[in-house]
Amino acid sequence: MNAIFCLAGIVIKELYRRKDFYVLFVITAVITLMMSTVSFFHQAGIVRYLKDICLLLIWISSLVIAIVTTARQIPAECESRTILPLLAKPVSRWQVVAGKFTGCWLACGLALAVFYLFFGAVCAAKEGHLALPQYFQAFWLQWAMLAVVISMALLGSVVFSAPSANATICFTVVAAILIVGAYLQKLAALQPPLAAWLLTLLYFTIPHLEWFYAVRERLIFDQDLIGWGDCALATAYAAAYVALILCAAWLVFRRKPLTA
Amino acid sequence: MKPSPALILALLLTVELCLATCLQPRALAWTQGRPSDHLMQVLLGDGRQILANQMFVEADVYFHSGYYPSVFDQLHAPTNAQHMTLAAAPHPAHQTEGDAHLHGRHAEDEQENLRDPHAEAEHEKAMSFLGPPANWIERFGRKFAITSHTHLANGREREILPWLRLSAELDPHRVETYTVAAYWLRRDLGKVKEAEEFLREGLNANPSSYELLLDLGRLYSESYHDTVRARNLWTAALRRWLEQEPKKSEPDVTALGQITVRLARLEQTEGHYAKAIELLEIALAHKASPHPEALREQIQALRLKLAAQPH
Repeated sequence: MNAIFCLAGIVIKELYRRKDFYVLFVITAVITLMMSTVSFFHQAGIVRYLKDICLLLIWISSLVIAIVTTARQIPAECESRTILPLLAKPVSRWQVVAGKFTGCWLACGLALAVFYLFFGAVCAAKEGHLALPQYFQAFWLQWAMLAVVISMALLGSVVFSAPSANATICFTVVAAILIVGAYLQKLAALQPPLAAWLLTLLYFTIPHLEWFYAVRERLIFDQDLIGWGDCALATAYAAAYVALILCAAWLVFRRKPLTA
Repeated sequence: MKPSPALILALLLTVELCLATCLQPRALAWTQGRPSDHLMQVLLGDGRQILANQMFVEADVYFHSGYYPSVFDQLHAPTNAQHMTLAAAPHPAHQTEGDAHLHGRHAEDEQENLRDPHAEAEHEKAMSFLGPPANWIERFGRKFAITSHTHLANGREREILPWLRLSAELDPHRVETYTVAAYWLRRDLGKVKEAEEFLREGLNANPSSYELLLDLGRLYSESYHDTVRARNLWTAALRRWLEQEPKKSEPDVTALGQITVRLARLEQTEGHYAKAIELLEIALAHKASPHPEALREQIQALRLKLAAQPH
């Protein structure tokens, strides 16, 4: 366990040394603050469009941080050959996978917390109040969703040859799940039997990340709290997928030659 | 002699200024006399109409607090934007029960009986696109999604304004954008001046729009109580309607009904019964009311008043 947290610590240090987070945060902050100065028909109290834009930027930024940070972890270690002394410590391969995952997830959590603090401050300033439980649920469920994305990127990093290819594929898969994930079964009903069967299989196999994205809309439109039990179930759902995908990543990484 | 760089710079600037003054009128002619286009228009061309439509849909999404059919449920999407001005707030009691009945057309509209009586029911039907969940994934997913049909109320309607403003910027020829925004600005947000400015902005971009003239007339009549200007605007609206709509396969009879009935009411209050009858007969001839018998009764009553009027 100690080895896992040591590896995780290195990943977190790497995040704050790199410029990705700072650039994305500044872009999000500048766009949000600029949008907040726009006046529409001299009407005060218009805030939902601002929440919408800010949360969209937070979602995009967090996905970029999660995928880009994770995709380069193992390939960079292999390329610089630092993976060899690391495994000679001895640290087992599953500990490397678990450590990289933990580090990326915690680093994304830190980045996400900063984003949500900024978002909460902007909303509190504009609305005059802050629905803390709703914000906490949105933060937590987004972080849980990012765990699934990070594990997917980690699996991709041991399967695909280059981090760029892995990142592109991960972005495509996540976007596809968010856009059509919920409708695969409806689409299956319009297809010939074989395609319908495949789409139905896909529908029941993929992690339904769109559930987590829906929480963003609940926050924008000031909806009631989601049941805490449902939140816990969604977290368990994400954790199950993370365990499954990390196992797959470990199985691939176990047999992967470390030098070209 | 070696010329100084400052002199060369000054010469170039002078040449540039001369050329600019020569070319500017020509450049205006290239754009057919219109002022130079908005950056967005230059960048997007006709594609901005698609974006404008998307912005308008976004306003509708906001109006329904996020409960809206996705691209995969598009068959269920509301087909026109009239519901955005038809429906007022849901009854508070129903709202707390999660019931999504639409309530409260404006009293004035009820009196006129001009609205389609089935509009609310149709809208409600169009918005019940979810149906029962097909499996556990869908059932559980709905715990996170917005699943109740409500409309913005209590001044919250202001939230749709940014999208309408953006839609108008992208496509100034989309008349609905101006009428919907002006409706909420005037009726529920108390921004009469802003509503008038926005309607006039729309009228500048769409000078032949009877809808904008109708709404501008309503604004003058209801908010400024200026019946003279309201009559002029409605008369112009009627003229535009008669120029444009009868040729169409499905003329906008709802708008005609609103124009004629309002004008007739003005004429009636001023004792011009013959003119009022004439206007109501136009509405009747074009089947502008879902309740023609009520219109006939009104015409009959006006005829009696006309007969009783001393010559």
